[in-house]
Amino acid sequence: MIKFLGSGPPVTESSQAATFSRRAFVVGAGQVGVAALLAGRMGYIAIAENERYSNLAESNRIHMRLIPPRRGWIVDRYGNPIAINRGDVRIDIIPDLLQDKERVIRELAALLDLPAEEVRRIRRELALASGYQPVAVAEHVPPDKYFAVSVRQPELPGVAPLRAFTRYYPEGAAVGHLVGYVGIPNREEFNAENRNPLLITPGFKVGKEGLEKVMEQRLRGQPGAARVEVTARGRLIRELQTVPDQRGAPLRTTIDAGLQSFAARRLGEESGSCVVLDCNSGDILALASMPAYDPNAFSDGISHSEWDMMAQDERHPLINKALNALYPPGSTFKPAVAMALLEAGVDPEEQISCGGGYTLGNRRFACLGTHGPMNLHRAIAKSCNTYFYTMARRIGIERFSAMARRLGLGQRFDLPVVSQSHGTMPDPVWKQRRYRQEWSQADTLNAAIGQGYVILNPLQLAVMAARVASGRDIQPRLVAGPHPPAALLPFAPASFEQVRAGMSEVVNGNGTAGRSRLPLDGILMAGKTGTAQVRNIGADRGRAGAAWRHRDHGLFVFFAPVGAPRYAGAVVIEHGLGGARAAAPVACDVMTYLFDKDRAMAALLPLEQQWGGNIAERMARRSQDWSTRPPGAPGPAESV
Amino acid sequence: MALAFMPKPIREIPWTMILLVVSIAAFSTLVLYSAAGGRPTWALPQAVRFTVFLGMAIAISRLRPEWIKQAAFPAYFLTLLLLILVEALGFVRGGAQRWLNLGFINLQPSELMKPVIVLACAHFYSLLPAREIRGWSALWPAALLIGVPAALILIQPDLGTATMVILGGVTIMFLAGVPMRLFVGGAAAMAVALPVAFSFLHDYQRQRVLIFMNPEADPLGAGYHIAQSKIAIGSGGLTGNGFLQGTQSHFAFLPEPHTDFIFATMAEEWGLLGGLSLILAFSLILRWGMKVATGSRDRFSRLAAAGLTTTIFFYVAINLAMVMGLAPVVGIPLPLFSYGGSAMMTVMICLGLLMAIERRNRADAGGS
Repeated sequence: MIKFLGSGPPVTESSQAATFSRRAFVVGAGQVGVAALLAGRMGYIAIAENERYSNLAESNRIHMRLIPPRRGWIVDRYGNPIAINRGDVRIDIIPDLLQDKERVIRELAALLDLPAEEVRRIRRELALASGYQPVAVAEHVPPDKYFAVSVRQPELPGVAPLRAFTRYYPEGAAVGHLVGYVGIPNREEFNAENRNPLLITPGFKVGKEGLEKVMEQRLRGQPGAARVEVTARGRLIRELQTVPDQRGAPLRTTIDAGLQSFAARRLGEESGSCVVLDCNSGDILALASMPAYDPNAFSDGISHSEWDMMAQDERHPLINKALNALYPPGSTFKPAVAMALLEAGVDPEEQISCGGGYTLGNRRFACLGTHGPMNLHRAIAKSCNTYFYTMARRIGIERFSAMARRLGLGQRFDLPVVSQSHGTMPDPVWKQRRYRQEWSQADTLNAAIGQGYVILNPLQLAVMAARVASGRDIQPRLVAGPHPPAALLPFAPASFEQVRAGMSEVVNGNGTAGRSRLPLDGILMAGKTGTAQVRNIGADRGRAGAAWRHRDHGLFVFFAPVGAPRYAGAVVIEHGLGGARAAAPVACDVMTYLFDKDRAMAALLPLEQQWGGNIAERMARRSQDWSTRPPGAPGPAESV
Repeated sequence: MALAFMPKPIREIPWTMILLVVSIAAFSTLVLYSAAGGRPTWALPQAVRFTVFLGMAIAISRLRPEWIKQAAFPAYFLTLLLLILVEALGFVRGGAQRWLNLGFINLQPSELMKPVIVLACAHFYSLLPAREIRGWSALWPAALLIGVPAALILIQPDLGTATMVILGGVTIMFLAGVPMRLFVGGAAAMAVALPVAFSFLHDYQRQRVLIFMNPEADPLGAGYHIAQSKIAIGSGGLTGNGFLQGTQSHFAFLPEPHTDFIFATMAEEWGLLGGLSLILAFSLILRWGMKVATGSRDRFSRLAAAGLTTTIFFYVAINLAMVMGLAPVVGIPLPLFSYGGSAMMTVMICLGLLMAIERRNRADAGGS
């Protein structure tokens, strides 16, 4: 026998039975021990750690769901709405509750008349979505269709008709550049706010442009929250408790919504801008730039095709021309030069004889006409370049460029806007710094008539007009509220009087804008026309026969009423050929609106009929033409 | 006894044990009804299945232990053949294969191997002359009997079942009287070999072991099972959240709420009291089984009864340790309680065999 594993007494059957009993006892005892261990372990988890695990179970099933806050309204100076929240009916699909995806999509497409492109989008988003995160089927659902979906909801599990709020801009494109628009936050915005979960809550939108963007934090409000019970897959069981949202505080602007809308409409088919200020307070009453995008469409999200149409449009509907477009002011600059002349001691009655131009060395600087003897008053009225060449050269660039800056030209203002281009109000120091070149006398002459290096934005021109009109150092403002009155500018009241009288003569006397007299009894508008060269060489320079984009810009600065100015402003019509022809009539109608709305509307409506409808109708037609254009066709508004 | 008027076959049934088994199954039906969200989706098939297997167990209890003993080796080789067949089919089809489709049931041969290995080992040691229990011949045949099916199951791969087959066989070796130092030495060798064995594990198995060591490291990933199971048990407290009130199982936070983790589903709604009752019921069944073993006269019956009882014990202990975070997730269901037929079949076979042995014990006791 082999006993490799040790020795001992020989094993018999009976000793084996005893061994079995012993070892069976060990096995039994082991089982009892394990049972006791398991019972103890369970007692420890269920009793000693009960609270901890109960909390964990609760945090598993109870989630906080944010309720997006309603944005604060944006209203005009009278409380009229510019941006409001419209109760909206939307229809979403909750992916987790969806049982028969194909059938539900098919039925929804039929009930809501969804276009094929939308159905494709819904499928795409459903493929990426998961859990309780809703996928938008349709926004702004009309009541009859909402009802049709609602009554069939029991047969359409996963479909959620929902009442929500969306941003609505009653004036549409007329306020586009001013208020901007809202949209779903992008990744950068989400990260910039430390991954604030509100930003990824369905239905939440942030300001993307204009006032909506700059005033985002003020308009946003406080989100509400709902404690909801959910499953591991995010399916909602029930709402446990709800804290309502707090609406953002309304933002009262200085804008006059009626005027803003009128100005935008009056700009018509032109590419341009119109700024109107209260010349005593600096309140911006209108800041219109056309053509513009419809912020309602942008807030819902626009298609690539629509975006391309706007990006390729040579009238630049994506640029706020009141702030971000720069133009040589042309003769609208002359009131600033005139102020400088008077403050420099030039006798306003001193006569300069205009022989059709001014000779500097061997260069001839042309005047628009041969005006004969000119004093300051008539030089403004007739926009005589010869007078301003002579006098400006006499006082020098530093003096009149300092005056121009004091009147707001080339300045950046403290405004809640995304950006403003401040342009250039040149002087010798600037030229040295910018081009490392000496300032020349020719530069002075060019600057004296608002050409050469001078480029400005329309808001600055309006501020200049307002400061000349009131004699006060007003600052343009967009947000209404108490503010200290503007101080008087440190210039002789007589100087202002002289310049204002000259500007009145432009419109009401023997001047360049006589056709734009206000059609009102006892209310006179004063102004100054300007024509800015776009090209100064070549055969088709500037004139009516030239291609649209080579034509001169038309500008006009104005204030009213003469005598006791209340309003001032500027109109710029891109490639409008001339200030008197294109810009002054717009200013005239806009000023008329402020004093007599009915008369102004009566003037506008026939014009709109001629242009082919109001702004919304014309935009709809344009986008229709764009989407059905033959391939390779030129962009919109391309003209000869 | 009260059943005296009944016919002999009915009187011979160990009614106390049957009552315990039926209670556990009835409780299981309630928990399954709740786990399905208050629907009989799982409870009904489970109840039907239990009834069928209970009938089968009672039928098995009519077998004579001698016959069982003679059938042990043929059953062992038949089961081994099935294991190889499964392996071959798996090889042909690609991927893991654990069951054979017999048309009416998906048979897992590895499941059958759990009681069969016990019977085979018990038969082997009953054949071995007493004096050779300390020799080589006591060792290598048993090692082969255990090693071959264990290896086949391990490459399926099914670590949990392989472990249970080995444990079942080793228990018989221990009870048969193989020298103690072998087990001590074996345990020491295991401790040394464990890191090596670890490196042979599949990635997912290794992951499970690592997660078991530190479940909090990855509560949303692979540690999710254990973490959610402990939350369910812990939030149940003393008396539970009440029938149909468990949020962990109903809201799908708990994985496998009706199969491997059914104990957690139960504990969430019935609390510590439900858990202790269940543990007590299983303990009483095991105590009955060990009594059957010690009450047997012949060596085969003793070893087989103790081995079969231990097989049931391992089922319960490994599953409970797993759901309470004391063992890695190995996919062993809670017998009689978890939804599914395989484990229930195995345990009912064990119980049927135990009843057969017990019937003989009683007859012997009555006869002497």
